[in-house]
Amino acid sequence: MAVLKALFQRKLALLGLIVILAFVILALFAPWIAPYPFDEMHKDGLTDFGSPLPPSAKYWLGTDTLGRDLLSRLIFGAQATLIVAIIANTIAVAIGTLVGVTAGYLRGPGGSALMRFTDLMTAFPALLLAILLAAMFNPSLWIVVIVIAMVNWVQVARVTYTETISLSEREFITAERSLGAGAPRILFRHLLPHLVPTITVYATLGIATTSLTEATLSFLGIGVQPPTPSWGNMVNENQTYFEVAPWLVFFPSGCIALLALSFNLIGDALRDILDPTLRGRH
Amino acid sequence: MAAAKTPATPLLRVEGLSVDFASPRGAVRVVEDLSFHLNAGETLCIAGESGSGKSVTALSLMGLLPKPGGRIVAGTALFDGADLFMLPERRMAQIRGHQMAMIFQEPMTSLNPILTVGRQLIEGPMRHLGLSRAVAAQRAVEMMDAVRIAEPKRRLKQYPHELSGGMRQRVMIAMAMSCHPKILIADEPTTALDVTVQAQILKLMQDLQRETGTAIILITHDMGVVAEAADRAVIMRRGRAVETGPVSRIFARQEHDYTKALLAAVPKFANGERAPEPLPDEVPLLDVRDLIVRFDVRGGGLIPRVTQRVHAVEKISFDLKPGETLALVGESGCGKSTTGKALLRLVPSHGAVELRGTALGRSTRDVKAWRRHMQMIFQDPMASLDPRMTVGELVAEPLVIHGIASGSEIKHRVAKLFDRVGLTTEQMSRYPHEFSGGQRQRICIARALTLGPQIIVADECVSALDVSIQAQILELLKELQDELGVAYLFISHDMAVVEQVSHRVAVMYLGQIVEMGPTRSVLGDPRHPYTRKLLSAVPIADPARRHLAREAPEGEVPSPFRPVDYEPSYVTLQDVGGGHFVSAA
Repeated sequence: MAVLKALFQRKLALLGLIVILAFVILALFAPWIAPYPFDEMHKDGLTDFGSPLPPSAKYWLGTDTLGRDLLSRLIFGAQATLIVAIIANTIAVAIGTLVGVTAGYLRGPGGSALMRFTDLMTAFPALLLAILLAAMFNPSLWIVVIVIAMVNWVQVARVTYTETISLSEREFITAERSLGAGAPRILFRHLLPHLVPTITVYATLGIATTSLTEATLSFLGIGVQPPTPSWGNMVNENQTYFEVAPWLVFFPSGCIALLALSFNLIGDALRDILDPTLRGRH
Repeated sequence: MAAAKTPATPLLRVEGLSVDFASPRGAVRVVEDLSFHLNAGETLCIAGESGSGKSVTALSLMGLLPKPGGRIVAGTALFDGADLFMLPERRMAQIRGHQMAMIFQEPMTSLNPILTVGRQLIEGPMRHLGLSRAVAAQRAVEMMDAVRIAEPKRRLKQYPHELSGGMRQRVMIAMAMSCHPKILIADEPTTALDVTVQAQILKLMQDLQRETGTAIILITHDMGVVAEAADRAVIMRRGRAVETGPVSRIFARQEHDYTKALLAAVPKFANGERAPEPLPDEVPLLDVRDLIVRFDVRGGGLIPRVTQRVHAVEKISFDLKPGETLALVGESGCGKSTTGKALLRLVPSHGAVELRGTALGRSTRDVKAWRRHMQMIFQDPMASLDPRMTVGELVAEPLVIHGIASGSEIKHRVAKLFDRVGLTTEQMSRYPHEFSGGQRQRICIARALTLGPQIIVADECVSALDVSIQAQILELLKELQDELGVAYLFISHDMAVVEQVSHRVAVMYLGQIVEMGPTRSVLGDPRHPYTRKLLSAVPIADPARRHLAREAPEGEVPSPFRPVDYEPSYVTLQDVGGGHFVSAA
């Protein structure tokens, strides 16, 4: 609770929190908020030559190449994007941290084995895994979530592993052991809090990249199926029209950037709040 | 003007130096109105405790203040007809390393680890004196000779990590002296070194000074070093010079109360005379038999093989009586800290450890139970406290871990401990970084006391502290011993401190105890050659008894790294009377 209160006191973090909350509300209540259905091809949605319309009073953010309202698609697209960005990323960071910290604290044969497995996963082709899963199950957003979670944890594991090794060499960890503290206490009470800065950086970086990975996978027919929108696939399918209709790329990629930035602001604030040596210096 | 006393104009004259450092709460004055001069060919010590501004003074002279952050706000430094503080950076770069050179505390971090020693030694002469590579290389060999490094040609091809700490500092000195500077600034040059190596480096600096006439500004916190090495001294406190004058005068009669207090706090080494009486014979509390600790050094590769082995501790045996202080002394790598850690089962070991006749097991549960009887205090209190917990939580932790108390009982017990070590209960909700070094060590002591142990391993627990704080912490440890009857295994490299606190001493050399006995007897009548060497290297805080320049011990601190198939040979201890044991070999 104290953390939340401290978050509210920081203007930038509060801004990030508001933006994310706004996106969540848009996603949850999309059918009621969006001016049009996301898949409706408007008769007046294209110019006489068949080009998309720029932003106007009727279509606030313009229309896409099939004459669909871009704003409505963005609002509905928030659903898929948020699910992937938040859930997939959280799972990836959780797995990565668990593996990295465990391997770094255990060291020895156990730690080595875990890290060799991590190396193996680094080399594992994400697309192959995705296609395999898609062949076994019906293509859906959840497959995308699983694929991203299973692929993205690797970097987090690598980084937390090295950090844990250097942290466990620090004297206060030896001091904890000399008091009789067991592994769980050392891992969760003493090591993990020191890893928060690194973890938040990776988690926020992951938001943007996972959105785009989702687009790639959807493009291959594994994730969100057209005409259902996601921000990633909106960027993806419209990038060839960038010169004639820049708004088609600008708005969805702007949304992705805004989402990543908001998480980043919260991450930065969390890092400062959780570090007592920085307290009172913002 | 003191022109009558200093006939020639001084080499360097600093007047009214004030330095500000930026901080979150605005500028902080770290040096205030400091004036001093340095004559050609003399050694001037700038001495003081941490935060006195002595290092900042050196950095200001070299134009090396951290930017942004540090700022010279007033003052002049006349050197060679110019004011150093007004010179443009381009001109300073020509003076640095040429007319003024500097060496630092930690030779490993001030040498570039990826360049050979030779490469780093030729840089300065090539740049400042315009020497060709070949001539500079020749010069490098001469410099290595000058700093008494054997086999200079081979050494020049080595990298810093291949050299010992003492040798690295010699290389730093060679680099600094290679352009024949008029002034050498040495910032705590021996603080990170072992005592015998310190003596060698101090002697080397004095020899070089005699040969080249370079004036030395020696910055140190160690009043023993001041007494051994300096002609004159500036005593600093909180950015101001409190006293300036010849060393002999300062040590004989102090004009300022602070200097008086500072010198009074310095433990004076008196060859065992000031040591506490040994305790009467009693059943030992702790009995250690044939303790062995070895570490494997592995090479690279997928399945790393053991390439070397560190023989850290080799079959040492000793006992500890209730309420007794046994000091473990020796130089870095001798295994004294490892011994302490092995007793707490923090490193894997062989051998028997018994507490009042009950053997200590190796299971997790046994070890955890053992922690209630034996605790440890570390050298650096900042490093040994988790910076993300309040000190109240930190002191309460042992109670939580061992499930001894809960709820308000914890708070009550922690408050009592805070009170006992001289802290207030209001401070419980603060974080470690909000305390001073001495207060933090008090927190560590409270933490070690929480479980009510019978034995505390104190690993260099005062060596990171200023002398005045050191005296207070030692006093606290003594009080606790009298009150609670706790026994200390006091690991230290500082003979003067050891003499003051310990009933008995064990001298370790290459993982073995070579001499052990009552402190009075071992320090007063050392029998083993290594003990004698160690004691002869102790700097004495009395300029009238200067001895290091004459009798600095020869030789390097040996390394405990051995090939895998190495079979150690063991020393046997013989009683020479009164419980004083000496290795027979």
